[in-house]
Amino acid sequence: MFGTHYRIERKSVVLAVAIMIVASIGGLIEIAPLFTIDDTVENDPDMRVYTPLELAGRNIYIREGCYACHSQMVRTLQDEVERYGPYSLAVESKYDHPMLWGSKRTGPDLARIGGKYSDQWHTAHLNNPRAVVPQSIMPRYNWLSESPLQTRHLGEHLRALRAVGVPYTDEMIAHASADAVAQASPDDDTKGLVNRYGEATQVRSFDGDPRTTTEMDALVAYLQVLGKLSNAAQPAPPPKE
Amino acid sequence: MVSGLTIRERQWSMAILAALALAGLAMAAAGAGRADPMQAHGFIVLLFSLGVFFVVLNGYTAPEPSAESLESYYDAPSKVGVVLAMIWAVFGMFVGDWVAWLLAFPDLTFDAAWSSFGRLRPAHTTGVIFGFGGNALIATSFHVMQRTSRARLPDQFSPWFVLVGYNLFCLLAVSGYFLGITQSKEYAEPEWYADIWLVIVWVVYLLLYLRTLARRKEPHIYVANWYYLAFILVVALLHIVNNLAVPVSFAGAKSYSLFSGVQDAMTQWWYGHNAVAFFLTAGFLGMMYYYLPKRAGRPIYSYRMSIIGFWGITFFYMWAGSHHLHYTALPQWVQTLGMTFSVMLLVPSWIAAANALLTLNGAWDKVRDDATLRFMMMAAIFYGLSTFEGSFMAIRSVNALSHYTDWTIGHVHAGAMGWVALITFGSIYAVVPWLWKRERMYSPALVEVHFWLALAGTLVYVFAMWNSGIIQGLMWRTYNDTGTLAYSFLDSMVAMHPYYVARAIGGLLFLIGAVVGCYNIWMTIRRPADAPVPAGDTPLPANLQSAE
Repeated sequence: MFGTHYRIERKSVVLAVAIMIVASIGGLIEIAPLFTIDDTVENDPDMRVYTPLELAGRNIYIREGCYACHSQMVRTLQDEVERYGPYSLAVESKYDHPMLWGSKRTGPDLARIGGKYSDQWHTAHLNNPRAVVPQSIMPRYNWLSESPLQTRHLGEHLRALRAVGVPYTDEMIAHASADAVAQASPDDDTKGLVNRYGEATQVRSFDGDPRTTTEMDALVAYLQVLGKLSNAAQPAPPPKE
Repeated sequence: MVSGLTIRERQWSMAILAALALAGLAMAAAGAGRADPMQAHGFIVLLFSLGVFFVVLNGYTAPEPSAESLESYYDAPSKVGVVLAMIWAVFGMFVGDWVAWLLAFPDLTFDAAWSSFGRLRPAHTTGVIFGFGGNALIATSFHVMQRTSRARLPDQFSPWFVLVGYNLFCLLAVSGYFLGITQSKEYAEPEWYADIWLVIVWVVYLLLYLRTLARRKEPHIYVANWYYLAFILVVALLHIVNNLAVPVSFAGAKSYSLFSGVQDAMTQWWYGHNAVAFFLTAGFLGMMYYYLPKRAGRPIYSYRMSIIGFWGITFFYMWAGSHHLHYTALPQWVQTLGMTFSVMLLVPSWIAAANALLTLNGAWDKVRDDATLRFMMMAAIFYGLSTFEGSFMAIRSVNALSHYTDWTIGHVHAGAMGWVALITFGSIYAVVPWLWKRERMYSPALVEVHFWLALAGTLVYVFAMWNSGIIQGLMWRTYNDTGTLAYSFLDSMVAMHPYYVARAIGGLLFLIGAVVGCYNIWMTIRRPADAPVPAGDTPLPANLQSAE
């Protein structure tokens, strides 16, 4: 063994190739099968996709680095299920490019935050967390209410996501910008939006001001849909063998 | 600096910088058309390349390097790399300490988007890992590969391309977070165009390394080079796979990752954990395997332990990433594999640490007297401790408690401060007098001060995070007699406050140490050269037969 090495370490290219082979094995065995073994991701035919407004909100969540302090992954542990709700299934983040499972809970998990608090609570909390939760150490995001949401290129975002596997239709792509505005404008015609994204689509002014569509609208719309795109995790799952 | 380049290399540099400036201009124009933050990045690329262009232009007429100087080692890029590493260290640690204080006093910041915790935090991690660590690795790798090969770098242009190009990547990364440009993948946050640029830089780096090895006069490739080579190769593999993405538009910064959900999570932590393995471990083990024995004046304790340690680390580490995903939606068989290999990983890790410490046998009096060597000794100890802790935390039932808590942060910093930063400071204190031909550092006493500040800072930090992490984990899972959860999440957060203050103080001590180090290095550079080139510190003649 050491004799072989004594020869390998005299050839730089052989050494480099050996390193690549030895280092590739772990990833090949652990990652590649996740794409081929079917029951890695549960099947949910009723899984919804993010609306353009929710997607824009998700991109704000990413931009502000929320994932650094909030996980979106309820583990299969009793205390987590009791604290946050049913444990997360793989299918629930099937359309998450990238996933936002997170690695740290400086703040609580958000996988099932959707519907737990009112829009007003979220808006007030994001504007100044300490106005709502005095002990909170979360940053203020008070500029979100004043920043109009950029909706012009949302169709391209949907198209890029379709390229990586999210089933957005041509119609969804064509109406993306208008749909984003419509979802936060309950007084407008929202029939097309609901037709495209399903009856469960939440249509309302999320930041309390229906006149403009702001980044606050988008972020709250995203938070309110977290855990609600799929019902796969909801019925009490049978105990694991 | 420019005087070390041949005229042809100066022309090459200017051509590439001009092309880069044009690329920056194109990015700025494209971004402006869409009101996209890529516009700002275009201007950064433009200004950066123009700035470097004028540096080259300014030195263009300097005489070409003499034949004599082309026969010695080429150390100018290493010198600049060391200085850049220290600048990034102070920047990254300053931002780190700032965000540490923010967790105790959340309003200790400006009323602006760029200065909120979520944007500052990746600036800290990128600043210290890639800015400080990366520049130190590049600078020392150039120094080490020449000495251990007894050969000069094959040309003068490539090392500058690697160093300057790499710093452009770091600049794009950090400025991107402030502007809101991020992929959200931890330690792989920069967007697609920065990622592509890094691939280009990295390919040149790999070729430079292999070309230097091909010129070597020593028949055997020294163990430090195995590690540097693994660092370059595997980081390329990880970086490319984890950053596969589809841009929304070539005129915009945003992209969507190719993988989603569980596959993306596994790829990300395969990357994330092996960024620790091959960036923060393999590269720095390369550093340790050269500077520690050189400084101690002792040969490496065991050749066989070097071999077992190296291949064990290269093989086992790549399986360990899934321990970041215990009890998640990742299939259990992958979690179990990750845990198993993480535990086995302790063997090569401790072999490497023991090999370093046993090398010091016969030189412990130097460890006592010489803070530089003590930096490296302490780094090896922290390496052993944090790899033990890592294997322990990878066990599923331990991870159930530790995951998502500050314990992870404490563990990372035991490794990052105790191992990575201490070995780097030790190596830098060793290499600065050699590079600048000084008898010794300006002030050995200040090296001593830095050592104790760094050690105290690390210990305060790690103990604070152990306490807060374990308390957090326990509070989250504590039940009342009535069978309900005893504490709200908020209760656990309030309980963290004293530890967050302690952590910020620990970080401050560490930062002050780095500033002291900067001063000491600066004063060393400013002193006139007083030491001749040590005997033997020259390449063997280029016309001598290469070893391969």
